[in-house]
Amino acid sequence: MTAASPPEILRAPLVVEFPFTRSLGPVQSAFLTGLREGTVLGVKTSDGKVMVPPVEYDPVTAEEIRELVEVGATGTVTTWAWNDRPRSQQPLDTPFAWVLVRLDGADTDLLHALDAPGPDAVRTGMRVRVRWAAERTGAITDIACFEPYDGPAGGEAVPHDGDFADAVTGIVAEARLDYVYSPGRAQTAYIAALSERRTVGERCPSCHKVYVPPRGACPTCGVATTDRVEVGPAGTVTTYCIVNIKAKNLDIEVPYVYAHIALDGAGLALHGRIGGIPYDQVRMGLRVEPVWTEGGRHPDHYRPTGEPDADYDAYKELI
Amino acid sequence: MARYAREVAVVAFAQSDHLRRTDELSEVEMVMPVLHQVLAATGLKAGEIGFTCSGSSDYLAGRAFSFTMTLDGVGAWPPISESHVEMDGAWALYEAWVKIQTGEADTALVYSYGKSSPGSVRDVLTRQLDPYYVAPLWPDAVALAALQAQALIDAGEADEAALAAVGARSRDAAVANPHAQLRGPVPQGDYQVRPLRTGDCPPIGDGAAAVVLAAGDLARRLCERPAWITGIDHRIEAHSLGLRDLTDSPSTRLAAEHAGVFEAPVDTAELHAPFSSQEVVLRKALGLTDEVSVNPSGGALAANPMMAAGLIRIGEAAARIHRGASRRAVAHATSGPCLQQNLVAVLEGDAR
Ligand SMILES: [Zn+2]
Repeated sequence: MTAASPPEILRAPLVVEFPFTRSLGPVQSAFLTGLREGTVLGVKTSDGKVMVPPVEYDPVTAEEIRELVEVGATGTVTTWAWNDRPRSQQPLDTPFAWVLVRLDGADTDLLHALDAPGPDAVRTGMRVRVRWAAERTGAITDIACFEPYDGPAGGEAVPHDGDFADAVTGIVAEARLDYVYSPGRAQTAYIAALSERRTVGERCPSCHKVYVPPRGACPTCGVATTDRVEVGPAGTVTTYCIVNIKAKNLDIEVPYVYAHIALDGAGLALHGRIGGIPYDQVRMGLRVEPVWTEGGRHPDHYRPTGEPDADYDAYKELI
Repeated sequence: MARYAREVAVVAFAQSDHLRRTDELSEVEMVMPVLHQVLAATGLKAGEIGFTCSGSSDYLAGRAFSFTMTLDGVGAWPPISESHVEMDGAWALYEAWVKIQTGEADTALVYSYGKSSPGSVRDVLTRQLDPYYVAPLWPDAVALAALQAQALIDAGEADEAALAAVGARSRDAAVANPHAQLRGPVPQGDYQVRPLRTGDCPPIGDGAAAVVLAAGDLARRLCERPAWITGIDHRIEAHSLGLRDLTDSPSTRLAAEHAGVFEAPVDTAELHAPFSSQEVVLRKALGLTDEVSVNPSGGALAANPMMAAGLIRIGEAAARIHRGASRRAVAHATSGPCLQQNLVAVLEGDAR
């Protein structure tokens, strides 16, 4: 047993990407299809207010609203903020203003980007118009951005049936977030030891259970596990199952045995595959040892040591 | 009084130091010391707590179900009664308070934590926006707060100097707060998104906090001067920014009315205003006069651990009552862009 000394904390890039497929109701479908066709639609509430972008339910009365209207592609900035350093996924890659725009004929504001030469060229009350994207698919980004405009104002909102050929009924919301992941002190030590083909856990100072892999806390006692302990390399199969379904991208012939293995000295079992023995001869109590492959960062599988089986009483608490 | 079925008080509060990054600590290692501190302050053991509720967000660390890991720090065996909100811990406190009101628990442990350092919190927070019309544009939290600040300036309710003064006052107050991340003078700096400069924006950091709630006479036994929650309420506004008057916070005002804020003067206000402009909006919504001590802890402009900063406002207000520095305090927490949702609590000490 040694006091845990802080090795260099591991850090690695972690990319999380998720495409959410979302279906659109009748109102959002009409709005986004309209953008594809170069038409801006809103909805009219029961008290005659025109909402752009449109919502399906009145935010005040919660009434369903379906009365579509067409508004202008020109409007007025109601507030703005100058963005000197655009972030990678934002609408423009040159400095731009974030704006809330009240389109001509609308009573609410749309958030988007305004392409302008600098902050001195932007003010609340300035007139703007939509700059359409060259290729449009039925998404809010079909509006590439707004641009300054000094032509005539649009008129009132006019009724629109919302019918378009080949209506957009769903969007795929792609997102990518970049992280630098650090597993913290305890798991760094575990991973660092594996690179030397050793397995380390941490012992709870209160109940003395040894956790493998260690996460830094004893969930029973709710205290930090600070004493590092080397366990294994051999261990005992505490329970197992026979896998008959071949997993995608996994180069292992079925059937094979997947087992819980209590390494000697550990207070709970790890998972691992059992090899070097016919699948139907694996049993609870079988003594096994890890098999490492060249360059492997963890044991590839475990094989029988040839020792007599462990007594049930020796591992029954670890099942 | 007698607004609710049971008297419930904050009887203990603890928070970590809030730091720019904490690579050496897993989330459970960050949370555990504050859990030990609040339990030690009450003399309660984990197994004696009636209900445990936490607040956090998987998006900050980029890991699914990350909150299950921190349960290891609670001591969740033998089994405990537990819940989680994917929000600031102030809402976890609200859930725990409801649990005690129903009579199903007499004590509750509430904790929350956030590690913003693994990712880019400005990008991460865009994922809470309307996925159809707004999120595809990736407007970050600073950009949205800047729109709100410009709306205030246009309305004549603030100017850049007044906003800078809010940040400066917050970091001055934080000198007395050993946990704060930014203490003392901070350069007002360049525009981040105009009109907000560096000094108008919160620090990005990692941190955790915990609170113990208890009912009635048990609270009196656990704490010399309990901070009674005499009112608590939370309200939300339409998600579309274009539907809202960004210079006002009607949800804060409504929550405050229901919590009884306006029934008697308060001496302290702990406001969760990550941007200087948001303090201006909240002061107006809560009708705070210059006599009220606003954010004596330094507030979110001095330390803003995501998902914990709101719970910390309740904890800081309670701690002032515990030590006799406040008689009646209002605590506020916010979530979502431009103060979209707001929680308001009134905390009172026994008269003496
Ligand atoms: Zn233990």
